[in-house]
Amino acid sequence: MDKVKPLHEVMTLLRDGQTIMIGGFLCAGTPELLIDAMIEKNIRELTVIANDTGFEDRGIGKLVVNKQIRKMIATHVGTNKETGRQMTAREMEVELIPQGTMAERIRAAGVGLGGILTPTGVGTVVEEGKEKLIIDGKEYLLELPLRAEIALLHAYKADKAGNLVYRRASRNFNPLMAMAADLVIVTAEHIVETGEIDPDEVMTPAPLVDIVVLINNE
Amino acid sequence: MTDIRNIIAKRVADFFEAGTLANLGIGIPSLVANYIPADKNITLHSENGFIGLGPNPEEGLEDMDIVNAGGIPVTILPGGASFDSATSFGIARGGHVDLTVLGALEVDEKGNLASWNVPGKLLPGMGGAMDIVVGAKKVIIAMEHMTREGTPKILKECTLPLTAVGVVDIIVTELGVMEVTEEGIVLRELAPGITKEEIQSKTEATLIIPVEIGIMVIL
Repeated sequence: MDKVKPLHEVMTLLRDGQTIMIGGFLCAGTPELLIDAMIEKNIRELTVIANDTGFEDRGIGKLVVNKQIRKMIATHVGTNKETGRQMTAREMEVELIPQGTMAERIRAAGVGLGGILTPTGVGTVVEEGKEKLIIDGKEYLLELPLRAEIALLHAYKADKAGNLVYRRASRNFNPLMAMAADLVIVTAEHIVETGEIDPDEVMTPAPLVDIVVLINNE
Repeated sequence: MTDIRNIIAKRVADFFEAGTLANLGIGIPSLVANYIPADKNITLHSENGFIGLGPNPEEGLEDMDIVNAGGIPVTILPGGASFDSATSFGIARGGHVDLTVLGALEVDEKGNLASWNVPGKLLPGMGGAMDIVVGAKKVIIAMEHMTREGTPKILKECTLPLTAVGVVDIIVTELGVMEVTEEGIVLRELAPGITKEEIQSKTEATLIIPVEIGIMVIL
């Protein structure tokens, strides 16, 4: 099965008001091509789940500057002053969660767990409104799964069936998000024939991926 | 005369035991890497998804798939490994990181740490700090002793929103080295020329002063 599609076809699936996970960590592993296309199409009122909001001129930061995000769920937004400004001016809602907790909440959604128990955030503002459980005498917070309608990811290499390989620090949240969204769209720097990636090297198996878009192909 | 930040970083580096897997925060903590002797065989964890963090690449050789947790291009040393964020924080939260060094806005005598949020000012987010300090076997705070306004940062009780409760083990400042214990903060070393009266006058928490206090070796 060939999951490779042209960008314009993919963009018909993105609409105002959707909840979208975007892979990447300060732009390493962020699908820049899809972000640019979202800006061009001016898709608005988005709820975005991602590690950070990049920089004002790179990554998710560009969606922030263009005011396309209604609510941002992130772990750190300090690299983008515009996010801070919109947050302070209450133009955009920002929910900050610890990075390891974000990873596990997304993973939980993707692997069919009803939540996870973490010691992270106990005794801090993070615990507000959350159930606490004591296991073997130690306190844990119950953190609930986090999922999205769409995941926009970036891989180094994909085969036509959708098997993915990530490179270096650009892996980050990408393989977790690939399991936690209804529709998974991936940009790839290289696309190879199905079978060319050794099964032992596949980092995200093809059935988790819906669409692959080649970078620089349109 | 070396600046205060490097004095602190150098002293922190002496805490590294051979074979340690460590995570360094931004600011003074990131300077610590410059002072760890190569023969100690230290491995650095970068929470955005790899171990084997190496020095910054030469200009023109940057690889934007290899950045540190601050988004700055770095390198991965031979023998390093990359992984996803759940594995990365599993390594941190799961107690596999021996030591973390990070800065602080406030620390208190119960070992509570405030390092991520000043209400009313810009709130950048906690990033990975909450997970890392909760999981690391040892937490060292490397910071200037007082705020820029000249107020104490080592308090009886933190006033700012906490990063974590009861996690700090060691505090290193330009004035001395302190250890957080069940009884409170014990003064272990004083920088040359600093008296115990002076360090106490710049510290809100009451320091426990043992009979023997070491002299902090600086560079």
